[in-house]
Parts: sequence; structure tokens; C-alpha cells
Amino acid sequence: MMTRVARTHVSTDASAEEVVQETWLGVLRGIDTFEGRSSLRTWTFRILTNIAKSRGVREWRAVPMSSLGDEPTVDPDRFRGPEDEYPGGWKVFPVAWPSPEEAAVSADTSARVSRMIADLPERQRLVIGLRDVHGFSSAEVCELLGLTPANQRVLLHRARAAVRAGLEVQYAEGSSR
Amino acid sequence: MSPSALTCEEFVELVTDYLDGTLDPATENRFVQHASDCPGCDTYLEQFRETIRLTGRIEPESVDPATLDRLLEAFRDWKAT
Repeated sequence: MMTRVARTHVSTDASAEEVVQETWLGVLRGIDTFEGRSSLRTWTFRILTNIAKSRGVREWRAVPMSSLGDEPTVDPDRFRGPEDEYPGGWKVFPVAWPSPEEAAVSADTSARVSRMIADLPERQRLVIGLRDVHGFSSAEVCELLGLTPANQRVLLHRARAAVRAGLEVQYAEGSSR
Repeated sequence: MSPSALTCEEFVELVTDYLDGTLDPATENRFVQHASDCPGCDTYLEQFRETIRLTGRIEPESVDPATLDRLLEAFRDWKAT
């Protein structure tokens, strides 16, 4: 994850790895000055971002919403059309998933979720990775990636919706076997 | 349905904003009202929460061994100086 965050600021993988390496050195050198005002993890990522930006040729900025993709996150065909009595309502409700105990949330499910995340566009992958895998706050992710709160939420929502849709397919296949 | 009620198609796009607590109070009321009236959207919201839980169970990736080697080497050099 650190290499990926670094990679958003610099132009090559090798350069991103150097940034990560420099970051750890920065952490080791600076640990005495760490005052505990933020978590150690946030502090580490902040050092990473500063190093990456200082050598980076490519910097993230608030991107226009249009470039984030404004297509719906759920297939519009699943909703009733404008001529219907209930326009915009589900044609068929989503099928409830097995409860976590029944699904015996397996290593297999985790591996599938990992693959779904790996297949996401880069910015969505970074945001869901930092927020939902690593547990960073919204404010931390905005700072680390240089995103506005609104853009950060759009990316997170698209990523989560894609993973939900992938799980829905997986559960539907599981129940038809 | 009142004219200001959300449609299901609108509801599904507001879930992350709702979970992050960033909806304005009026929209949040409409969202909560819709979830309690609509079994389909209630299921969708629950599946979104389950998706977030499952994502949270992924093991963060381990450090690639080559990077780790270089780090340890750099660390040794640093300690030696």
C-alpha cells in the first residue's frame, strides 16, 4: 500500500520503492520528534507523501467530478422506467445474502474480495484500500491523496459498489449450484 | 410516496454519504425513511455494510521481500553511522 500511494506521486515503480525506503529512514530518524498528535501510521504516511511529492513529477489534485465517472453504480436496468407506476424503484429486490455464519466467511471469500479490489481502477483501489482495508479516516485519506472530501467519497462509493456487485454475483452462483 | 421521497435508484447512490454522515439533515431523513419503507433498499444498505466488513477482513499486503531486504540493509547502514 505504501508503494502504491508513493506511485501516485512519482513516475516509476522503482522511484516509488525508493520513496518508501526513504520514508522508513525518515520514520527511524524522526521517531524522537513524533509527538503522538496523530497516529504513528498517519504520521508515517504523511512523511511518505511529503517525500513522494518533493520528488514527484506527478501530483494528485482535486479532480473534476466528471473524470471520476458519473455513470450509476447499479445497473439502471434493475430499476423501473419513467413510465412505470414506481419510476426508479427496484424491478426485483436484491436477494438477501446468507448470514455471515451461514456463509462461513471463508478465506476464499476474502481472496475474491482482494481480487475484486485489485481489478478496480487505480484511484478507487487506493481509496478503498486505505479506508476499508487499512481503516484510515476520510480526512486522512483526503490529506494523503490530495483529494477533496467529495471526490474521496465518490471514489470510495464506486469501489464499494463494485465489490458489492461482485459479491452479489458470487452469492448468486453459489446458491444456484 | 410524497413528491420529495427518494427513489431506489437515487437511494443506492447515497449509501456512502449516509455511512460517512455527510448527508444534510433533510436528505438523511429521507434516506432513513426510505430504508424503513423499502425492503429492497434495506437489503442493499445491509449488503453495503457487509461488503465493508468483508473488505476490512482482508489481510493488508505484506512487504515484498526484495523491498524488505533493501530496507534492512539501509537500516543497518544507518545504525552504523
